[in-house]
Amino acid sequence: MTDAKGDDGRLLRVHVMRYNPQDANSTPHLETFEIREAAGMTLYVALTEIRETLDASVNFDFVCRAGICGSCGMMINGQPGLACRTLTASLPKDITLLPLPVFELISDLSVNTGKWMRGMAERLETWAHGVDKDVDVDKLEERMEPELAQEIYELERCIECGCCVAACGTAHMREDFVGAVGMNKMARFRLDPRDDRSDADLYELVGNDEGVFGCLTLLGCVDVCPKDLPLAGQIAFLRRRMLKEAL
Amino acid sequence: MTGLFLVLFMWVHMFMVSSILLGADAMHFVTRLFEGEPIFGRRIPLLVSLIAAIVLLVFVVHALAAIRKIPASYAEYRAFRRHMSGFPHADTALWMLQVVTGFVLMFLAAAHLYQMLLHPADIGPYASSDRVWSGRWWPLYLVLLFAVELHAGVGIYRLAIKWGWFADRHGNMNRRRLTQIKWALTAFFLTLGLLTLAAYMKIGYEHRDNAGERYVPASETALYAEPPRR
Repeated sequence: MTDAKGDDGRLLRVHVMRYNPQDANSTPHLETFEIREAAGMTLYVALTEIRETLDASVNFDFVCRAGICGSCGMMINGQPGLACRTLTASLPKDITLLPLPVFELISDLSVNTGKWMRGMAERLETWAHGVDKDVDVDKLEERMEPELAQEIYELERCIECGCCVAACGTAHMREDFVGAVGMNKMARFRLDPRDDRSDADLYELVGNDEGVFGCLTLLGCVDVCPKDLPLAGQIAFLRRRMLKEAL
Repeated sequence: MTGLFLVLFMWVHMFMVSSILLGADAMHFVTRLFEGEPIFGRRIPLLVSLIAAIVLLVFVVHALAAIRKIPASYAEYRAFRRHMSGFPHADTALWMLQVVTGFVLMFLAAAHLYQMLLHPADIGPYASSDRVWSGRWWPLYLVLLFAVELHAGVGIYRLAIKWGWFADRHGNMNRRRLTQIKWALTAFFLTLGLLTLAAYMKIGYEHRDNAGERYVPASETALYAEPPRR
């Protein structure tokens, strides 16, 4: 357990994967940094301390430091998670940090989730269709029931951190699999009355082995989601709709 | 969905064959029941063939559907194994177990179904026991039992989550509870299966010198033994 006085905290051994694919001389290896644990320390704080006091060349991504931007996803002792939302107190003294798999490695712990997410979003067309036709900016927007707005908001909380993809055995095997993040988005747009697309349209996008019918229900996604999204339930819902559409 | 049919069939099947634990007469009664005697007034083993044929058909469709999902190449298999070894997660590891047991079942269950399809009359307290012991089917049944119970337990659990049978409005499910039920079902049917197999093996061993002879219930032997009335 952490001590309230910073000096007496545990000595953490943080093993960080170091590799820069751009550098021909770089080979993947783990580098160990020792730091003193402070009260309430998150992995993000630990990494920042390593970068500021031990080695300025360690690469990792962050923006918000509050679990909202989804930048600092990494493999923490084998589990995908957000560095800024993980307390070092919840981990043993030895902490191994690896970049998220599946995604393109930029350097060390930094991966290009954006590229993967964009590819998925373009294939699934994860935006509201039909909103831009005959828009009258002077007219009031159509009303939406608060319950429905809340349901959409619940799914909209996804921050595209990539943890669900890193935890997905299917995504590891099949490059084009859209993952829980993709199917959650389809479930979200299906709820949205501002999106004109019918179930038949969605079937064309996710009613295949790259979408719902490729999902093996391994449940890694729902078990690691830092936002606790009900991913398994949403995929089940989408699967039922898509099966109905197929028949 | 074919999996659901196969699991339900397999559970009913297990209860039926385990009737041997209640005694030879109970199993004899079940045999005659499935040979249609209460309905047709005589034993029609072809009915057993018919059930075997239906199950075989569903089994093949199930294998066809499942084959889409198992790793299609060594690269895919390796990617999954690497993921599995670095990411300690029970439901991921259990899927690999399903792949392995499913592969085993493709051969063992097919052999069992072929036997039932072509020798439907060879079921009964002695006939089954002789098949198990003198016919040397017990090693197959032993492996088949473990493969089928593990495969079915994990499969029905995954099926329930896959289609969201017990999900609430928001899609949350009681996974911990479902996991407990899954293991309880597997443990129950494995125990029942092992006891049943042991019972057939025992009867088969004791009956080994008269293998091939059919069982006649005590009630009927008594009838035949009775001197004709005048």
